[in-house]
Amino acid sequence: MKARVIKYISLGLVFMLGCAAAGIFIGSVGLPAKDVFNIFLSKVPLLGGHIPHTWQSGVEDILLKLRLPRVILGLFVGASLAVAGAVFQGLLRNPLAEPYLLGISSGAALGTALVVLLNIPFYLLFIPSIPLAAFCGGLVSMFLVYALARTKGKLPVQTLLLSGVVINFSFSAIIMLFITVSNKGLAEITFWMLGSLNNANFALLPYIIGGCTLIMGIIYLFANDLNVISMGEETAVYLGVAAEKVKKLMFVLTSLLTGLAVSVSGLIGFVGLIVPHIARLIAGPDHRVLLPFAALLGAGFLVLADVLCRTLFSPVEIPIGVVTAILGGPFFLYLLKRKK
Amino acid sequence: MTAALEAKNIIFGYGEKKVLKNVSFSVAEKDFTGIIGPNGSGKSTLLKILSRSLQPGSGSVLFNGKDIFKLDTKLVASKIAIVPQEELSIFPFTVFETVLMGRAPYISRFSWESREDISIAESAMKLADVKHLRDRNLDELSGGERQRVLIARALAQMPKILLLDEPTSHLDINHQFDILELIRKLNENAGITVLMVSHDINIAAKYCKELVMLKDGKIFKHGPSCEVITKEIIKQVYGVDVRLVKFPGAKTPAVLI
Ligand SMILES: Nc1ncnc2c1ncn2[C@@H]1O[C@H](COP(=O)(O)OP(=O)(O)OP(=O)(O)O)[C@@H](O)[C@H]1O
Ligand SMILES: [Mg+2]
Repeated sequence: MKARVIKYISLGLVFMLGCAAAGIFIGSVGLPAKDVFNIFLSKVPLLGGHIPHTWQSGVEDILLKLRLPRVILGLFVGASLAVAGAVFQGLLRNPLAEPYLLGISSGAALGTALVVLLNIPFYLLFIPSIPLAAFCGGLVSMFLVYALARTKGKLPVQTLLLSGVVINFSFSAIIMLFITVSNKGLAEITFWMLGSLNNANFALLPYIIGGCTLIMGIIYLFANDLNVISMGEETAVYLGVAAEKVKKLMFVLTSLLTGLAVSVSGLIGFVGLIVPHIARLIAGPDHRVLLPFAALLGAGFLVLADVLCRTLFSPVEIPIGVVTAILGGPFFLYLLKRKK
Repeated sequence: MTAALEAKNIIFGYGEKKVLKNVSFSVAEKDFTGIIGPNGSGKSTLLKILSRSLQPGSGSVLFNGKDIFKLDTKLVASKIAIVPQEELSIFPFTVFETVLMGRAPYISRFSWESREDISIAESAMKLADVKHLRDRNLDELSGGERQRVLIARALAQMPKILLLDEPTSHLDINHQFDILELIRKLNENAGITVLMVSHDINIAAKYCKELVMLKDGKIFKHGPSCEVITKEIIKQVYGVDVRLVKFPGAKTPAVLI
């Protein structure tokens, strides 16, 4: 079992690092590999001082101030959305569940939009306000969707997706309303509605890295429980898993994870749908393998999608949500069809 | 002797519909008890309450004298295993992965299954005759094969008490025999307490030492099998006249229509 985990984590790591390299090297300005290598080396403590400064300072700026933060951001957003999707699918035993389709992302986006538009200070009592608002927004829509969809103590697939769509529409409309009234430009609207790694506030990066890593770590501790719950609620009782408690905790953690991702990237759909499915096809449904593998695939996938956004119609940048939706829409329909 | 499992004044309904109307009985340690009764009499519902998957409206379920809903859920799962009538997962877990989940009550959040867990799962698969299906996906199996996988998972829990809902309903005659003999051996040799729902009176009569006859959500008769399987009781509960035939060597008679 442990061998399987190591095998798939290695596989995922190779994919992720490959994508990250693509994200760093591919762009409107080519970066010489030798320079990139030397710049990284020069940042290594102790060793750094001995590296001769042979590159142009422009290269260093592009690498360290633009490409690298953007790639790191993409990795964490992609991993977070993929893990959130995998957890939702397991908890709800529904292959169509994911944070975007369930409306969680739009709740988080609404929260973030409010903070930005109302000019709420960056810190509220030492907590960065944007991720906090995104988390609260995500949690609120989670509860709304859950309450709307619940009929006779059950969560039927159709009502769940329908509630997600309804919440998605309503919250998106409210975001549009706020943005229009506040006289922000079209770019702002596009950012929130279709997602982008372009406008990201890099000051949030440390919180995203720390927060996402921590939350994914905690979720991983429940991988065994997720396996049992994904077999069915009754089975969970029979096998001694406190399903209700675990579910609540997981809903909170995934809302937090989604909130963190959305707060820096806007609404990026379908990543949480496609990636866990592909991961499950390759590595199987055991969450102990699936979660880390999906995280690595999602991380790589989003960075790759971002490269496409930047380069396809350069110098125009297309929103990343457009790319993921073009890939994800047909995939969703395929799953929906197959399920019937 | 203390009761291993006891139902006390269980009242339960699905919404308005009353299904169990004050049911009380107990199963002694190392007993092999069957729950029988007509369709819709509440057998599965009663078993689900004893399995903790349904909460009784009123009344309680006691395990060694303690309220089963208040005990630590992992502890209960390591003592009581349940074989549900049917279980479907939308995810393609393999047979081995499913059976290994029976070890969940023993594995801590911070560790992996041990070599011992794996060998227990392997021997459970052997006992339930699903070893050859080890790497097949659960959703690609026949009903009977899936039922045996669920039995293997329950065995992997190494329970003191085994609750089964129609464990042989999907099985051919050969596997019916194998599984029932297996359950009988577990009861006689390993001292596992068994409580089994069945709609097959003959199977229940042959294997169970005690029988609980349910009718309309009430216990009509509870006692040794030979006292429950009588012409009169069957007439009163099922409303049919039957013939009872006693084969030489059998403790309880066979019921013929
Ligand atoms: N989920 C449910 N919602 C509403 N009513 C139910 C539900 N499950 C069972 N019932 C009703 O409760 C009654 C008892 O059902 P139960 O499944 O316990 O019967 P049973 O004795 O196991 O029958 P069978 O021999 O057919 O398996 C039946 O009348 C049934 O219609
Ligand atoms: Mg039944």
